[in-house]
Amino acid sequence: MFELGKAFEAIYNWLGSLFTRWGIPQFWLDLLSMFLVFAAVLAFITLSALFLVWWERKVSAHMQVRLGPMRTGWHGWRQSIIDAIKLIMKEDIIPAKVDKAVFVIAPIVVFVSALMVYVCIPFGKGMIIKDLNIGILYILAITTFTVVGLLMAGWGSNNKYSLLGGLRSAAQIISYEVPLTLSVLGVVLITQSLSMVKIVTAQTHVWQWYIFRQPVGFLVYLTAAIAEVNRTPFDIPEAEQELVAGYNTEYSGMKFAMFFFAEYTNLVAISAVVTTLFLGGWNGPWLPSWIWFLIKTFFVILVVMWFRWTYPRLRVDQLMGFAWKFLLPLAFLNLILTAAFA
Amino acid sequence: MLTGVSEAVYYILAAIIIGSGVMVVSMKNIFHSALFLVLCFFGVAGIYILLSAEFIAAVQVLIYVGAITILMIFAIMLTARLYSAQIKQSNEQVVPGLIIVSALLVITIFALSKTTWKLSSQAPETQTVAEIGKLLMTTYVLPFEIVSVVLLSALIGAIVIARRD
Repeated sequence: MFELGKAFEAIYNWLGSLFTRWGIPQFWLDLLSMFLVFAAVLAFITLSALFLVWWERKVSAHMQVRLGPMRTGWHGWRQSIIDAIKLIMKEDIIPAKVDKAVFVIAPIVVFVSALMVYVCIPFGKGMIIKDLNIGILYILAITTFTVVGLLMAGWGSNNKYSLLGGLRSAAQIISYEVPLTLSVLGVVLITQSLSMVKIVTAQTHVWQWYIFRQPVGFLVYLTAAIAEVNRTPFDIPEAEQELVAGYNTEYSGMKFAMFFFAEYTNLVAISAVVTTLFLGGWNGPWLPSWIWFLIKTFFVILVVMWFRWTYPRLRVDQLMGFAWKFLLPLAFLNLILTAAFA
Repeated sequence: MLTGVSEAVYYILAAIIIGSGVMVVSMKNIFHSALFLVLCFFGVAGIYILLSAEFIAAVQVLIYVGAITILMIFAIMLTARLYSAQIKQSNEQVVPGLIIVSALLVITIFALSKTTWKLSSQAPETQTVAEIGKLLMTTYVLPFEIVSVVLLSALIGAIVIARRD
């Protein structure tokens, strides 16, 4: 059994002994290890985003009896790397009539808020950046910055399609955040903790997984989370027929790439949270914990992609009605029953 | 209690809060004001974290950024007259405003310098969430319930106003 968490701990201890030998204070060690951990997380996100772009194209192609990208490398595996290089090398266009500062900062806000979720995700035993005792609440709070970023993009672009796209996605995220939070509360009630590590350790055996103890909560969370990341069947913020491309209509090159990147970062994040909250996190037999975590996370991502290429898009009024008239009462019922019997 | 790094972080956060606060009231574009308000609330959340009140910090972000400011931005975006309008920054009541503000400033400085601040020697709580929950359900259950009733009536009021078309 090869546990990456232990390897990281060994590296940290080795660096610590080097630092004490050279007489450098603890502060610099902490700073250095923070940078190293950040680099590792960024590398993980970049690799999985590149992989997911390719995977999504392959999954969609095979569901529609096509082949998808085939020309670059074996089954087109280099496609997303080449696309990324193309996007980075493109000219950085800032349209003349945009609100320049807001336009430039918006993709950064969206991406950083997606990135900050990873502080509290337990990738494996001892592989969490910081096990905050408000863990899941922190994740819920930090994702609200995405809404600010999307509204900035929509407003800063000075374009009616972008504005409508931004407004729609903000309205959607705010509406679905309510059932999402309520479905998380069921898990928190049973665990009696908000800490992500405690939630995972409460699900050591398969029959303890919250998907079996909180099936309704799981379904509500998954539905609301898909709506939060604006994916089909909840992707009206970027409904091509109505809104060109929604809030990122005016964006191109590197800035567009950042929105795209943030979208996949968010997808990995919500799947990792589903894995942690409902599928037992890193728990599993034989394999090391981090491999189990990756297997479960990528399985959830596959399911979400499956939804995307199976269901049609909802209409905007159906979408809001579904959140407020169906998901919200269901989440409340689930919470009350959990509180009564837990 | 604040030493070295935390002191530096405190001053950085204070600079962010005050700077963005000034920008909120001085920006000509009301949308920019709302965005600086987000930054200001974020800085306040940072101060809470520095005081090891993580729960309050998360709730601060969740409610002030996630709900209140976004509601304000919505209102700005949906109001045609405010949309990209240049708002006048001063009004006619300069002299009374100046007097009231300076009086407030004097009172605040007086209160701050005359108060003897109580310092607790206890270590900060680590399990803040559980403690807050217990207090809300025992000692402070009545105020807690009153707040819920106020929120409920606000909710019903909003529905009544929205349906009057």
